Amino acid sequence: MNQIKLVLGNIGGTILLLVRSLKYIPTLPRQFPRFIEQCYFIGYTTLPIVTILSFFIGSVLALQSGYSMENFGAKQFIGTLVGLSMARELGPMMVSILLAGRVGSAITAELASMKVYQEVDALETMSIPPERMLVLPRLAAVLVMMPVLAIIANLCGWYGGAIVCQYTHFISVDSEAYFAALKHFMKPQDIVDGLLKAEVFGFAIVLVCCYTGLNTRGGPREIGASVTKAVVTSLILILVLDYFVTKILL
Amino acid sequence: MSSNFASTAYTAAPFIGKTFGVTVNKLSKKFGRTTVLRDISLEVKAGEIFCIMGPSGSGKSVLLKHIVGLERPTSGDVKIGEFDASDPATRDKVHLALVFQAGALFNSLSVYDNLALYPREHRLCNESGIRDRVMNALTILSLEKAVKKFPSELSGGMKKRVAIARALVMEPQLLLYDEPTSELDPVMSATIIEIIATLREQTAVTTIVVTHDRALAFSIADRLAIIMDGRICAIGTPAEVKQSKDPAITNFLNPVIDLKNPRFKQLENNHE
Ligand SMILES: Nc1ncnc2c1ncn2[C@@H]1O[C@H](COP(=O)(O)OP(=O)(O)OP(=O)(O)O)[C@@H](O)[C@H]1O
Ligand SMILES: [Mg+2]
Repeated sequence: MNQIKLVLGNIGGTILLLVRSLKYIPTLPRQFPRFIEQCYFIGYTTLPIVTILSFFIGSVLALQSGYSMENFGAKQFIGTLVGLSMARELGPMMVSILLAGRVGSAITAELASMKVYQEVDALETMSIPPERMLVLPRLAAVLVMMPVLAIIANLCGWYGGAIVCQYTHFISVDSEAYFAALKHFMKPQDIVDGLLKAEVFGFAIVLVCCYTGLNTRGGPREIGASVTKAVVTSLILILVLDYFVTKILL
Repeated sequence: MSSNFASTAYTAAPFIGKTFGVTVNKLSKKFGRTTVLRDISLEVKAGEIFCIMGPSGSGKSVLLKHIVGLERPTSGDVKIGEFDASDPATRDKVHLALVFQAGALFNSLSVYDNLALYPREHRLCNESGIRDRVMNALTILSLEKAVKKFPSELSGGMKKRVAIARALVMEPQLLLYDEPTSELDPVMSATIIEIIATLREQTAVTTIVVTHDRALAFSIADRLAIIMDGRICAIGTPAEVKQSKDPAITNFLNPVIDLKNPRFKQLENNHE
């Protein structure tokens, strides 16, 4: 019973934080430096790992599907399969998971330590709302960076698949045929759907991580606990949201 | 150093002329089951320097947090002028500054940016105006060399001084200090005491100082209160409080250091 109360309280608190932050949208232009700083941070911390991981996910996908599709002579459709699964599902999903692990944890740790060491209290006495200075620039930055990261993930995944197809002896579909299949069956809408997913996940992750950080109570020990909580919540949220967003988009 | 201060532009406070008194009315606060403040009532008049003294753990910092609205009372209320202190909107109407006991500096910002944050966020003046204000405050507190440093690179006393400088830059109408001299050497303490008094002289800012420093309290307080165990047990002008016959208060103000019969031994004997 208490658990349910706690969860509902957290959901309410998160929504309240969102509403309070959105109220300060008009201040965004003069917070431009902060916004750019956050964009840079989100891109800088996730980009290398996004490229590497999506490249290998594309490769593995091509390898597995090449292995199974060979049996019924559907090798020429590997490009379609890799292209669609990267764009619609794996790209956004993987970028979001990496975002939760690298950016979300850092956001929670930073805000939680600000809370624990009374910096948030100091902001409040100065009548500088933490929602305006700490939350809003991060939300704006993630909205801008998520599509960029997701597109990069898609491209790396596609090329990873292409390279595997060309150089694996039992597949040997050359990259021209691979990309022809990829283009032929994929609509721009597929890519847009994927980017939309990435936006939703990224926004939810940053919001949850900000909320968890700002609601840390106690001493330095709770900073670690908050980070764990935020990352776990984010991961669960990604999977749950994924189901619903997919259902709406299909 | 105080002459340096007198020559600065602090007389140009934008809110000058409008100061606020503080009324604490039957304030009680419980954290879970422990009661920290019990039925506290006091009034700080506009433009007054009011000192709060009391043993460690008696609830002084918690009282300050109620005045700036960071804690909500369990019962009773706190008013700044006619505004309720626990309402966040009050902080837009009354410009208040609190010097936190632990400084509460922004660790990711340099000393300069710590001080510049408030005027920048509230767009009080342009960047060169802000620079003047910040450098001014830093000079008064002999912190010129620390401008570019980050809080993690400062000593405890330097952090305290930066926190005070940050409050000065805010040019508040209500200024609260939580143990401003606790980590400072005697000369720096004297400087801080002079700053507190001069600032009130120039801007008529209502000042509340929590302190263990008897020199501070008895030299500049218009009135002072002693809090013990969450209760006010003496309140009045320094002269009145000094004359109190209550043994708890005389003991607190003039503890006798007795090496032959130390206090911790007395406690041990009581336990046996
Ligand atoms: N957030 C909190 N939760 C629970 N108890 C608290 C909290 N804040 C303070 N207390 C308790 O309230 C009491 C008073 O604390 P406070 O910080 O006001 O003391 P103080 O008078 O400022 O002491 P000092 O002179 O050492 O700074 C202490 O016993 C402390 O344990
Ligand atoms: Mg204290």
